[in-house]
Amino acid sequence: MAFQSLDVINRSASTSTPPQARGALEVAKLIDISKCIGCKACQSACMEWNDLRDEVGVNPGHYDNPADLTAQSWTVMRFYEEELPADKGLAWLIVKDGCLHCAEPGCLKACPAPGAIVQYANGIVDFQQDQCIGCGYCQTGCPFNIPRYSMKDQKAYKCTLCSDRVSVGLEPACVKTCPTGALAFGTKTDMKDLAGERLVELKARGFEKAALYDPSGVGGTHVLFVLPHGDPELYRLPKDPRVSPLVALWRSGVAKTLGVLTMVSVVVAGFFHYMKVGPIEVDEDHKENPS
Amino acid sequence: MMPAMRMPPGQEVVPRYSTGERLTHWAVAVAYVALFLSGLALFHPFFYWTSALFGGAAFMRVLHPFLGVALFVLFYAYALRLWRDNIMTDSDKKWMGQMVAYMNKAADPYVDGKYNAGQKLMYWSMIVVIAGLFLTGIVLWRPYFAPSFSLGARRFAAVLHAGLAFVMFVGIGVHVYAAYWTKGSMRAMTRGTVSGAWARFHHPGWYARMTGKERP
Repeated sequence: MAFQSLDVINRSASTSTPPQARGALEVAKLIDISKCIGCKACQSACMEWNDLRDEVGVNPGHYDNPADLTAQSWTVMRFYEEELPADKGLAWLIVKDGCLHCAEPGCLKACPAPGAIVQYANGIVDFQQDQCIGCGYCQTGCPFNIPRYSMKDQKAYKCTLCSDRVSVGLEPACVKTCPTGALAFGTKTDMKDLAGERLVELKARGFEKAALYDPSGVGGTHVLFVLPHGDPELYRLPKDPRVSPLVALWRSGVAKTLGVLTMVSVVVAGFFHYMKVGPIEVDEDHKENPS
Repeated sequence: MMPAMRMPPGQEVVPRYSTGERLTHWAVAVAYVALFLSGLALFHPFFYWTSALFGGAAFMRVLHPFLGVALFVLFYAYALRLWRDNIMTDSDKKWMGQMVAYMNKAADPYVDGKYNAGQKLMYWSMIVVIAGLFLTGIVLWRPYFAPSFSLGARRFAAVLHAGLAFVMFVGIGVHVYAAYWTKGSMRAMTRGTVSGAWARFHHPGWYARMTGKERP
């Protein structure tokens, strides 16, 4: 890993604040669904670079192959046949599924193992499997249902945004291999500008509802989508994703402090009660012969 | 002096717990301590160091649910033998009304049963809390059961599990303190007997039924 400790701006289950000195440029991957042809070259490149080999599965009767994300498949092309609203006809929507690298990652919030999930100053959220204890809490934290649990080693896996490549100035493997330019990689500002230009083109071509997907509920993401038909739900993307309020409550400073205070107050109350009241003792001699 | 702790020869003792009950109680206690220490490491990073007591957090995470099942089974095996003595009665309501005064040694409310109302309340709250911890724990149990439950169920279970764990901590904290506070109680769980004087003072109704003697 070519990242330095200075690059880690957020660290799971840590009591100290990670270094905030480095103000790196935030990066982003832009997935332009209107340019995607569903060739799955990105899936192959991901396997190739990350040395992943999923088990050969079965054909479930649709184009999704493998059928779902797994600990060995960190990105999957999903194919949806969608009847568009307002009689716009049938559309074949192809969505590259994988980690969106949230600015406020729910996985990191839920993780109880110090340093098992880190966030770099450039926005990449990375699992550190050597610190992972296999509890699966990252899955409860993620609003996008991304982390996958390996039964082989009881650890969680997901897209790293090729943090190893990015740290040495290369684009992610999937971006490098995309033959149509549906994938682009750069600073988040540049990617938003690029998306803005594309949205103008799309709107001129009749995709009036075309929109950029950069959901604010998770502080924005470092994987952006250009959605030609606009509505995220057509693409099975959550409209307003946020970390579940249950997870937010469970992992909040308030709940943790309340828990610790509860424990402390039981001990303190017991101590002072004893010191004030003293023990209840039964006088054997006095009560032995009541009659 | 703590006369109830050491009895002169020939002093009256009343049996309170069988050897089986006492051993089960202490097995539950040991499981509880291990569960509490391992759960605490998962709850707050401040306590992550307790995972070192279990040979590292990854193994601790594997161990925790098995300990939980052990506690669940042992606790209910134990509790099943005690339930009749823990049914709330009318005199318990009176005790509850005087509980604060009792805690300040300002009142000595009459106790008819083997347990006073506070102990009964503890019993029933543990019946509920341990069932809740068991069920929510199953939902969170990786790798065996968690995949069968929805993400929503697992989120809910995680919050509830942590909440119930703190209710249990308070309950067990009160339980341990009460045993320390009322001198002469601990021997019921270490030797199985209490002194006659202790029984007459704390549980006069039970004492009368156990010995056939008149209620003091």
